[in-house]
Amino acid sequence: MLIGVFKRPTKTSVLRELVLKEIDDLIIGSIGITAFISLFMGAVVALQTALNLDNPLIPKSLIGFATRQSIILEFAPTFISVIMAGKVGSYITSSIGTMRVTEQIDALEVMGINPLNYLIYPKIIALLFYPFLIAIIMFVGIFGGFLASVYGNLVSLEDFVVGLQDTFIPWHIAYAFIKTMVFGILLATIPSYHGYYMEGGALEVGKASTTSFVWTCVAIIVANYILTQILLTT
Amino acid sequence: MIEIKNLYKGFNEEAVLKGINATFEQGKTNMIIGASGSGKSVFLKNMLGLFEPDDGEIIYSGESLLDMDIDRKSELRKEMGMLFQHSALFDSMTVEENIMFPLRMFSRMKLAERRERANEILERVNLVNLNKKMPSEISGGQQKRVALGRAIANNPQYLFCDEPNSGLDPKTATVIDQLIQEITHERNITTVIISHDMNSVMEIGETIVFLKDGLIAWEGSNKEIFKTDNEAVTDFVYSSDLFKKVRIAQNEGF
Ligand SMILES: Nc1ncnc2c1ncn2[C@@H]1O[C@H](COP(=O)(O)OP(=O)(O)OP(=O)(O)O)[C@@H](O)[C@H]1O
Ligand SMILES: [Mg+2]
Repeated sequence: MLIGVFKRPTKTSVLRELVLKEIDDLIIGSIGITAFISLFMGAVVALQTALNLDNPLIPKSLIGFATRQSIILEFAPTFISVIMAGKVGSYITSSIGTMRVTEQIDALEVMGINPLNYLIYPKIIALLFYPFLIAIIMFVGIFGGFLASVYGNLVSLEDFVVGLQDTFIPWHIAYAFIKTMVFGILLATIPSYHGYYMEGGALEVGKASTTSFVWTCVAIIVANYILTQILLTT
Repeated sequence: MIEIKNLYKGFNEEAVLKGINATFEQGKTNMIIGASGSGKSVFLKNMLGLFEPDDGEIIYSGESLLDMDIDRKSELRKEMGMLFQHSALFDSMTVEENIMFPLRMFSRMKLAERRERANEILERVNLVNLNKKMPSEISGGQQKRVALGRAIANNPQYLFCDEPNSGLDPKTATVIDQLIQEITHERNITTVIISHDMNSVMEIGETIVFLKDGLIAWEGSNKEIFKTDNEAVTDFVYSSDLFKKVRIAQNEGF
């Protein structure tokens, strides 16, 4: 499938428009819900850390540190990607799948257009912008942690900021964004595959969306483990 | 001209087409008729390369479709217009955008020129003021006509229509039939039409193949179809009472 996506490209002016539309649908359209989730998750992480901190020897700044680490390393890249598999992934599968069952893909093919390129390439390109979304999410998540801890009187502003800056390892940011890139590509390709190669009618479109969600999640979780193993343990 | 030689196609062991031979001539409206489920749409999709035939040859003006590489095939397909049985309009685009789509992809026309062409076509298929509607907002018969508009927008050399007037009232159906015939003659293109509407067959069936049990059971023209003694054909044609009466009247009259 992937070879077909890059062969016989569609007219550049058309592709540019399609890519912009997909960025709008897939990335911009997801900012709201993911930011909302992340704000509250950041707050909960801070809260949980605070509640479990009963040893006076451990500094309060740990709350900031834990929020930062969990948001950047796992929560923003992995957890949000699983959410995106549900939101963006099933949208991709059902929209392409509907085009398949209503013969719109055949119509493209009969016109001499490469449907793989026309439909899937713009989605892959759009999801290369996925790291931008995740960067916003990281920021919002940490901000959520900050709000919960400082305004919930769990820790002073100074301590929280000290925690945020504690043993900062730039490689962690790189690791998070490498993961994000990989997840973005998984989010574009697996749902597209399930939509494009489906057979049957409207009922099967629904089934394909569910299957595609499951497989995208599995792929993200497994890739997460493998990437963490490769990138962090050496 | 399109020639079909010994075409076989089945799904899961079940044969649908069992050795079809047919010729579709340039400058004529060629019709494929047959009962529902007889494999007309499957036949057409093989011809377009949407299905891979199990055996046989499909020859476009002397060139075999199955031997073409993908680039040559896309070149040829830019010369094709297809009206699908269920319209297959792009549901994310307006009526106008659907019609302009082939022009957008393959012509150097500016937006204003494409708009103008779309309006011209909408007028020819008897649909005005629907430009900005989405496919889901118009009726099935209107969708059909938009799909025909999309198929003819880029002046194809080969025009394929799968039941162009199913779901249309008799008057609009006649308009559409005549439009297809006009275009075919005007531009001297090869047109293949699937239908089981006997009115259309009478009006525009310049050549007719009758599909039954996976084979061409009869071929001829609209002048011959009412005279044939082929039982399968008469059975199909005279299944409607109206035509039976026409036949009886004819026999009594002559
Ligand atoms: N994709 C497919 N997979 C399996 N079988 C199919 C497929 N498409 C068509 N068939 C079978 O081929 C046979 C012929 O179908 P086709 O759609 O060509 O009929 P038709 O002559 O166009 O009928 P109608 O006039 O109702 O449109 C049917 O029995 C159908 O079950
Ligand atoms: Mg059919």
